[in-house]
Amino acid sequence: MNIATQAVQIGLEWDTRTGAVTVPIYQTATFRHPGLGQSTGYDYSRSGNPTRQALEDGIARLDGAARGFAYSSGMAAIANLLLLFKSGDHLIVTEDLYGGTCRLFDKIFTQYGLSFSYVDTSDITAVTAALQPSTRAVFVETLTNPLLKFADLRAISAFCTGNDLLLIADNTFLTPYLLRPLDMGADIAVYSATKYLAGHNDTVAGVVTVKDPLLAEKVYFHQNSVGAVLGPQDAWLTTRGIKTLGVRMDRQQENAGQIAEWLAAHPRITRVYYPGLPGHPDHALMKRDAGGFGAMIAFEVDRHELVEQILLKTRLISFAESLGGVESLITFPEVQTHADIPPEIRARLGINNVLLRLSVGIEDCRDLIEDLRQALEG
Amino acid sequence: MKRATQLIHGGPTVDLQTGALGVPIYQISTYRQTSVDHFSKYDYARGDNPTREALEDTIAVLEGGTRCLAFASGMAAIATTLMIFSPGDHLVVCDDVYGGAYRVLSTIFSRMGVSSTFVDATDLTAIEAAIRPETKGIYLETPSNPLLKVTDLRGAAEIARRHNIITLVDNTFMTPYLQRPLELGCDIVLHSGTKFINGHSDVLCGFAVVRDKELGQRIRYIQNAFGTGLGPQDSFLTLRGVKTLKVRMDQSQQNTHAVIAWLQQHPRVTAIHYPGLPEHPGYTIHAAQSDGPGAVFSFELDSYETTKRLLENSHLAAFAVSLGGVESIISYPAKMSHASVPKEERERKGITDTLVRLSVGLEDPDDLIDDLRQAIG
Repeated sequence: MNIATQAVQIGLEWDTRTGAVTVPIYQTATFRHPGLGQSTGYDYSRSGNPTRQALEDGIARLDGAARGFAYSSGMAAIANLLLLFKSGDHLIVTEDLYGGTCRLFDKIFTQYGLSFSYVDTSDITAVTAALQPSTRAVFVETLTNPLLKFADLRAISAFCTGNDLLLIADNTFLTPYLLRPLDMGADIAVYSATKYLAGHNDTVAGVVTVKDPLLAEKVYFHQNSVGAVLGPQDAWLTTRGIKTLGVRMDRQQENAGQIAEWLAAHPRITRVYYPGLPGHPDHALMKRDAGGFGAMIAFEVDRHELVEQILLKTRLISFAESLGGVESLITFPEVQTHADIPPEIRARLGINNVLLRLSVGIEDCRDLIEDLRQALEG
Repeated sequence: MKRATQLIHGGPTVDLQTGALGVPIYQISTYRQTSVDHFSKYDYARGDNPTREALEDTIAVLEGGTRCLAFASGMAAIATTLMIFSPGDHLVVCDDVYGGAYRVLSTIFSRMGVSSTFVDATDLTAIEAAIRPETKGIYLETPSNPLLKVTDLRGAAEIARRHNIITLVDNTFMTPYLQRPLELGCDIVLHSGTKFINGHSDVLCGFAVVRDKELGQRIRYIQNAFGTGLGPQDSFLTLRGVKTLKVRMDQSQQNTHAVIAWLQQHPRVTAIHYPGLPEHPGYTIHAAQSDGPGAVFSFELDSYETTKRLLENSHLAAFAVSLGGVESIISYPAKMSHASVPKEERERKGITDTLVRLSVGLEDPDDLIDDLRQAIG
């Protein structure tokens, strides 16, 4: 079944009592037991809630996983996965990671004895060169934030298999609609579902999918123990969002392609990062491996003063953190999403004071281009 | 402001923009910014959501704290708060701590290098004797779950101050309506808000409340970094639940007394654990540090057969995990809340196969008693 079809089907088989075509919102903390030592399959909502489970089962199907897990945020999902490791373990991770992930790794997990090597994961030789005897996993963003570098998951997976490492892929920017990391050798995929999956800028949520049932059991242990689970209302909204993932992503990508070309031709724009442009270094690889190029664009303006002008003058495009929703959003990574990355690393990567990140929504593309034009030239 | 009024008006209750008598449900992930140099207090909902904040401010006032953080579950509150400790740190923990807290301490935190010693916290000398140079905190529940053992909170806080460490208290069974550990000198109050605070068995949530601003900032940093904050719908429902906390708790407590009076006469009931009974060893201490004994108690039956009959045949009291709702909930600690504690350890702590815990709801006590009578047989 096509992913778009599977996405629409989420929750459909659920309510056998009434035939309702969406899963009910089970706003409940606990479940009555039929007898001693018996269970309906649900005991306590932290351990399992039918509304959350409809989302978890649905995302597992979209990713071809044994199981899915939903969390109170994307960061809660990643934090829970990091609990699989122990003091002394080392991870190889993408260097231009989302700032929140970087903060979690550097400020919290290093304190508990984990260590991290930051490398360009779109360069397989950089990944292999970072291997240490204590390395236990590689954590990659499949398409990086904000510089849109694309990782060769098959090559990284071969390296991981050969060295007995877990491969964890943050697939937030692409979603299973454009890339299925588990099919390409990743053991675990993780998403900030706040972004494209929920897709409406109205829910904070995270999901994890796991290929191997035994590994999934370990992830479940930590999800249930720590209890950073997604509430039923937000689980339901995320499921509802996923039903339109295909149509939203199609439109967003199409808009992004046109906007990237328009930006690339504009005299005040000195650089455009978008993997759909033929000049992007990962264009060919992404064309081979992914179902599309996504709808995130980063670009540089020719002087810093223009940054503020654009952020404050765009009317349709909101100056706000986050991405992936139906509404277009623009952010300034250096001071917003990536403020927690050390300045010297930011500078080396190219996250500078003229770089803006645009999340393209589903508005009419002509209106978006007009909005950017008046903000740039006005 | 009196407590009943505080429950209704303690937090921000009027929406400034519209005058609505309640905080709107901000079902949102992000906020539009108007300046590049100064971001608004609200920039991303993982960090700040006005609905969650209204709930946090309300609970902070009720507990007499400066800061409250709301989490996706009671365990998320506990696990996130415990992240303030570092590898090498040691905790002294009451030995009948809730099974979920025992699980994170004995598996996840021990692996990360934070160790724990479990002691009988009814005995202050046992607490103090377990303190080592690397001890950083004392973690308590009083009354405890499920044996309702009582710890002298003023005494424990005094020991903590002497050793320059902090006291954490899980106040779930009492709620701030009945007990305020911060006022007794403790540093961090933890809650499963799922229980009496929300009170309707329809939401999972948790809280950490502190008086010290710097400590509040540290927990807030981890809440944001870990993203374990409570969603807007659940925040709203919990705020709604808090408004009836006093009337619910008053009635549940009164019902509890009626049910216990009946159980005391029953030949198959061999023991009752409830800090409101004068023969309870912690009766005096509990009375001195709280405003009531609460609405949860446990009791022991004469055999496993009687226990099984009661659990399976009670109609009104739902046989389920959790407690503190408008519905009475009967549970079996050996197989439920304390299932993650090894059997020998469980038995040693008195959590036997004939122990039943009852959380008394708002039903008429006569109906509850009739139901228990037919179930016990």
